[in-house]
Amino acid sequence: MGFLASIGRGTIGIFATIGQITTFAAIGLSHCVRPPFYPRLILQQMIEIGYYSLPVVGLTAIFTGAVLALQSFSGFGFAGEATIANVVVWGITRELGPVLAGLMVAGRIGAAMAAEIGTMRVTEQIDALTTLSTNPYKYLVAPRLIAGIAMLPLLVMVADIIGVLGGFLVSIFDFGFNPTTYLKSTWDSLDATGFISGLVKAAVFGFLVALMGTYHGYHSKGGAQGVGQATTNAVVSASILLLLFNFIITAMFFAA
Amino acid sequence: MTDTDDTPKIAVRGLKKAFGDNAVLRGLDLDLPAGQSLAVIGGSGTGKSVLIKSIIGLLEPDSGSIRIDGEETVGLAPGERERVTRKFGMLFQGAALFDSLPVWENVAFGLTQSRGMGRREARAAALEAMHMVGLDDDIADRAPAELSGGMQKRAGLARAIATRPEILFFDEPTTGLDPIMGSVIDNLIVKSVRELGATALTITHDMASARRIADNVAMIYQGRIVWHGPVTEIDHSGNDMVDQFINGRSIGPIQLQVAV
Repeated sequence: MGFLASIGRGTIGIFATIGQITTFAAIGLSHCVRPPFYPRLILQQMIEIGYYSLPVVGLTAIFTGAVLALQSFSGFGFAGEATIANVVVWGITRELGPVLAGLMVAGRIGAAMAAEIGTMRVTEQIDALTTLSTNPYKYLVAPRLIAGIAMLPLLVMVADIIGVLGGFLVSIFDFGFNPTTYLKSTWDSLDATGFISGLVKAAVFGFLVALMGTYHGYHSKGGAQGVGQATTNAVVSASILLLLFNFIITAMFFAA
Repeated sequence: MTDTDDTPKIAVRGLKKAFGDNAVLRGLDLDLPAGQSLAVIGGSGTGKSVLIKSIIGLLEPDSGSIRIDGEETVGLAPGERERVTRKFGMLFQGAALFDSLPVWENVAFGLTQSRGMGRREARAAALEAMHMVGLDDDIADRAPAELSGGMQKRAGLARAIATRPEILFFDEPTTGLDPIMGSVIDNLIVKSVRELGATALTITHDMASARRIADNVAMIYQGRIVWHGPVTEIDHSGNDMVDQFINGRSIGPIQLQVAV
């Protein structure tokens, strides 16, 4: 009986958490479309998420593109420009660009959001917002959700370009491919559905990272340890959700 | 308690709040007439913070009634709650200044965000509030982290009074301050409350502070008010719990659970 009860409690706990996160997301999104808006805060978050994530996302993308080209070349034995370019473009735009950019941003931004909002929670700054007639969802959550949804697709576009460049550099300088032929093959391999699916994924990932960062920060408690726990939970849950939704969106675009 | 025909500024009836099995407020009743300064005293964990957070709307009570100017506030919709919250100003225990904003923007926050005041006008109003609590213009552009504990409390007080609220709440205003700075903050609180003509509710376990700030004192124990009267009568309350608390005796009707 104890075993069954613990399974029951665990199941109820999971559904309760899903319900809380869904409610939190719904309230947060509703404040994204209702005035007053905070353009200064939204811009600040866009710079934080988009601009300051460029180095880490760029580095990840260029090495991933390069490794993809190397692995494809060794895996396929002898392969021409068209094959390598095709694998790099498809791999980067459809999967690796959005997923790796999302994971990098989850680590960098999701953690920072959870830590900042968590600290505000435990030092009563969120309570202070309420006493100053300012809705914390509108002031803290909505700008981050908007910035996450808007900036991840832009970051992924940059990651796509840099990732393809990484594959190009290896193919030209290591394999000795013809640059013009490789670039033409790259262009021919680019398909609208793959590219757009990558951007849709990026927008969803941006939302998930911001949602998990704000949710765990908002509900943190217990001082420094609680903030640390919130930060860890934000990164872990965002990463898992990101991979889950990557599968769902891929299935929606390409399963048929 | 002062008898008056006027509607109390704050009227609490049968307030209950529990966290799991821990019943913190157990049917608390309290009246605070307009213009009066009341200090709620009591030991740690007796429900002082839960009381003040329930009145402000940061916590939803399990049952009971909280009326502000005769208007029931328990269960108010968020928009209506915001209208009531505009009457409030609060100084938090740790000041709760926003780290990301300079001092003047902290002080002007209520003016710029919820009252739509322009930045130039809000800065002037913020500086005026800062002067009221003895803060100079030269700290206006500093980050809160650059201020001492006492200055942070002053900035928090300036933020609380900047919107000229009708009701001021003070959560342990002297905690973490040396006795001299504590006295300075208390005097500033008394001065600010008088200048605004506000009603004030302070929660504290610092008796020296309660005597300086309050007209009346209410003692909370096990989630209920066990004594309520003028601060001048607190030394002759005839209540054993009040006597034990204000004299800091370990022996008496108040039993502290000390973990071994």
